[in-house]
Amino acid sequence: MRDVAIIGVGTTAFGEHWDKSFRAIGIEAGMKAMADAGISGSDIDGMYIGNMSAGHFINQKNIASLIADYSGMSTNHIPATRIEAGGASGAVAFRQAFMAVASGLSDIVLVGGAEKMTDLDDVKINSVLDTTADAEWEAGMGMTFAGLHAMIAQRMIHDGTATREEIASFAVNSHYHGALNPDAQFRKAITLDTVLKSGLVASPLRVFDCAPISDGAASVVLCPLEDARKYTDSFVKVSAAEQASDTLALFQREDITSFGATVAAAQKAYRKAGITAKDIDVAEVHDVFTVSGIMALQDLGFFRKGEAGKAVLDGQCQVGGSAVAVNTSGGLKARGHPIGATGVAQIAEIAQQLRGRADKRQVENARYGLAQSTGGTGSVAAVTVMEAI
Amino acid sequence: MASVAKEWREIPGRYNLIGTKCGNCGKIFFPSRDFCPVCRRKGIGKIEKYKVARTGEVYTFTVIYDAPDANVRQKPYAAAMVRTDDGILISGQLVDVDLDKIEIGMRVRAVLRKLDSDGASGVIHYGFKFVPEL
Repeated sequence: MRDVAIIGVGTTAFGEHWDKSFRAIGIEAGMKAMADAGISGSDIDGMYIGNMSAGHFINQKNIASLIADYSGMSTNHIPATRIEAGGASGAVAFRQAFMAVASGLSDIVLVGGAEKMTDLDDVKINSVLDTTADAEWEAGMGMTFAGLHAMIAQRMIHDGTATREEIASFAVNSHYHGALNPDAQFRKAITLDTVLKSGLVASPLRVFDCAPISDGAASVVLCPLEDARKYTDSFVKVSAAEQASDTLALFQREDITSFGATVAAAQKAYRKAGITAKDIDVAEVHDVFTVSGIMALQDLGFFRKGEAGKAVLDGQCQVGGSAVAVNTSGGLKARGHPIGATGVAQIAEIAQQLRGRADKRQVENARYGLAQSTGGTGSVAAVTVMEAI
Repeated sequence: MASVAKEWREIPGRYNLIGTKCGNCGKIFFPSRDFCPVCRRKGIGKIEKYKVARTGEVYTFTVIYDAPDANVRQKPYAAAMVRTDDGILISGQLVDVDLDKIEIGMRVRAVLRKLDSDGASGVIHYGFKFVPEL
């Protein structure tokens, strides 16, 4: 196996892009990543696209071919593959690209993630999101995606492992960073009160506990580590890209206040990278709901069970805080959550941090960074560890 | 719109909480599984039908305000994960209950109700929901 480097990243702004189509945002992100990497289209010999549900959102399937075509790659007939893994689609697409380069089967691979959600109305969008849970025995019985996460939060509060305020503070942390990110959907800091007084979605979760509906795309370029300097002086090493699975339905687990797939993927990733959770300086975690963010910080080993909420409420996870800096991009909550793009955008943010290019939200001397992405209610998790070179 | 067959084949589970039990390890599955994920090959041929207890207690719950099309007329409505008296967790709606008085640990039992329907002329879906045990 070869070591793999990220040599370029590119993202669109996330938000409601009424004027832009799926193909337009997909190409914009890819072009930026290629320009950043200093490569041309003819250098690329493989492409993986993370996308959850273009079939529902824009009535288009076969989107890997669409992106290959509109980016000019189909003239070279390179293989282009779409990956779906619910909310983790982008991160799993990244891992496929990582494996292609590590194995030696491909040399320069472009990873894209894209979702165009706002062409559907809100109620229909929520029904699409519900399909990543168990369609027959959860969604079909009246559970919603937010409702399932709300039941996790309710149980955490009951067990005494997090308070309502601690859970809400995750959104405050994400918005604090979103205000520093020009590409974020919401560039405004909020207070705990903003979260706790917003409208109920599924009790105890409120509007500000939930990631928004977004359009957007993100892209990164991978090549063998030994070749990276041919293209750029600024690159990062991918130390590990791991993935794990769990039961589809939340109710089929023994413990609903921890995602076993995140724990499993993180442990493998730390082992591969030869580090522990303590070595991570900056992390992007999947805060599709505030409660998911709190759980992720515990499942990744940054905090013991019951401790993450206290640390976030205390501001320890902000840039310059005493603990690991979390969701410097603004996270899913403030940066936005165009589903298929999210996992790739998280990795792009970490790469920028490790290259020292994160501007106002730069974590000083960041050496190791981590991105964690989940699909469904933790039925799939991907954990990627990167190292500054 | 779902086909009639898709609805019909799930009736035992949806109406009567029929799951399965692995004859090798004794683990109960709901919804039913024909393959035991614990015993795998050793469980083949040993999977039996199992009727899940219709009573249990609320393990966790939520009141849903933002509902999909199918349930929009019911909102807000309660949903719960229930630990049945034979020890397994099941998700279902919680009805005939004061939304402010739901508590973890509260006793409930499963009843048959209309879930939703595929539009005015489509299939009507029935299945279990939970009500407070009197």
